[in-house]
Amino acid sequence: MSWRPLEVIAGLTARELLRRRLVHALLLLTALVLALTGWGFSRIPHLHLGGELLTPQLARLAAAQLLLLVMFMFSFVVGLTAAFLAAPAVAGELESGVALAVLARPISRAEFLLGRWLGLALPLLAYVALSASVEFWLVAVGTGYAPPDPVGAEAALAGQGLVLLTLTLALSTRLSAMTSGVVAVVVFGAMWVAGVAGAFGSAFHNTAISAVGTVTHLLVPSDGLWRVAVYEIQPKLFASASLSRVGSPFSATSGATPAYLAFAAAWVILVLAAAVLSLDRREV
Amino acid sequence: MTSAGAGEPPGGQAVLTRGLTKRYGRRLALDGLDLEVGHGEVFGFLGPNGAGKTTFVKLLLGLARPSSGTGRLLGRPLGDRSARTRVGYLPELFRYQGWLRAREVLTFHCRLAGLPEEGFRDEVTRSLELVGLAGRGEDLVATFSKGMQQRLGLAVALLGSPRLVVLDEPTSALDPVGRHDVRELIRRLRQEGVTVFLNSHLLSEVELVCDRVAVVDRGRVLAQGALADLLSGEGPRVLCRDLPGDVLPGFGALRRDGEWVSVPGLDSSRTPELVAAIVGAGGRVYQVDEGRASLEERFLQLLERA
Repeated sequence: MSWRPLEVIAGLTARELLRRRLVHALLLLTALVLALTGWGFSRIPHLHLGGELLTPQLARLAAAQLLLLVMFMFSFVVGLTAAFLAAPAVAGELESGVALAVLARPISRAEFLLGRWLGLALPLLAYVALSASVEFWLVAVGTGYAPPDPVGAEAALAGQGLVLLTLTLALSTRLSAMTSGVVAVVVFGAMWVAGVAGAFGSAFHNTAISAVGTVTHLLVPSDGLWRVAVYEIQPKLFASASLSRVGSPFSATSGATPAYLAFAAAWVILVLAAAVLSLDRREV
Repeated sequence: MTSAGAGEPPGGQAVLTRGLTKRYGRRLALDGLDLEVGHGEVFGFLGPNGAGKTTFVKLLLGLARPSSGTGRLLGRPLGDRSARTRVGYLPELFRYQGWLRAREVLTFHCRLAGLPEEGFRDEVTRSLELVGLAGRGEDLVATFSKGMQQRLGLAVALLGSPRLVVLDEPTSALDPVGRHDVRELIRRLRQEGVTVFLNSHLLSEVELVCDRVAVVDRGRVLAQGALADLLSGEGPRVLCRDLPGDVLPGFGALRRDGEWVSVPGLDSSRTPELVAAIVGAGGRVYQVDEGRASLEERFLQLLERA
């Protein structure tokens, strides 16, 4: 495998996102969301409770709760964007016949697939870094609340995006673009719900239901990484508060362990390798 | 006609396959295909729809894997990456990125083909001119008609002066002018020593440009060889009346089929002599058939026999 064809495919893929105005649309809508949420966060310190202004401490706690909600929206956008981008990236090219002329060139299937992955992954990572950083900055300026580990949170969100991107790309080596996208979105939603169920199981000390969450986090680590992001965004106080133990999707009792992060990275690499193998064996 | 034996093929041909077989589940798409295409030849690969022509091309280019059999492309094993650096390919299903400009599609393929970066601009301009798309390079591919997209596909196939050009139904979307242009292009490639593998079911097109042909049906080669050999019939015949006897001086015994007279094994180059001898013997000649079948007639005969 050589770098040059991979780079050519990645460049073409990223260029397609620009040329099809996906980047423009996403950035415009994100700017709108950031402006609205920034304005909303800036109003929190001016809210009254029982006829008195919120104390700075209460304002920060309220901001932290709302920030988790906003970041959940970003997590949702990143997950769905990853699925929608990756679904046609391979299957669409195969279905339309565009891949015929490309794969007849001196390029391996691995270079083609990894080029597609890289061309989608880098813009996705840049989007997460940019949108989350601006949101965190707006919250800090407006309310004074800063997540304990903003970089860790961004990395976890980006990881969640990569998990969905890689899974969808792997599916699209065998399924149609439409089916790959739908399956990936269903898996994304199911993992999230199963993660919530697992958290309830833990809160009520039900081993069987709790195991659902654990298995879910190992099967597809999208919700596991979301929980890591939540932990890094929420105030440390939340982690130990009893409120967080009733299975809320917007709270987490523990952060990232090196073992889980290594597992998530290995998961992405293994699924990517499976995708390469699957495409390599596919007849075009 | 050529008949190849089994075993590992040598690398002296542009295309060479031995027992190439492809199965899709229980369906046999190619059934032990033996084929040879020499360097610099324009080779026509003929067959009805579903005969296995496109499957064969896909096996050559590594887009699909053979179920059994071996083959070589430009001296390298099928699927080999280095051989593909010297091959241009126009797929039957020609689709290119509609959101790119024609020039950008060609530049992208220059990069994939590993051509030197400094030569991209000239190479792209040359290819566009060759296929009659000069001046349309800055247009979006999505705005092209089907015929123009096929011309673009031809330009893609011609990038980087390939040694072998594989054209799968290259005129399916073209008007008569476009078809004429493609024939001229193929003749030009032959003059330059480029091997052309022309996959087509348009027999008149193949008859006009090909040196050698193979006829396939249901995954099997029915006939393979030089076009002249394939089209040669059973010798000349003459429609005549009042010819006495069944022996003609200088030609021997005659064969009669109603009013048609012929000499078994006679070469068509002796047709004028035969006519002169018949007239000399008192026969009155009404019609002469040189005995050369059209490709369409030969093609239909082969399919019927199969």
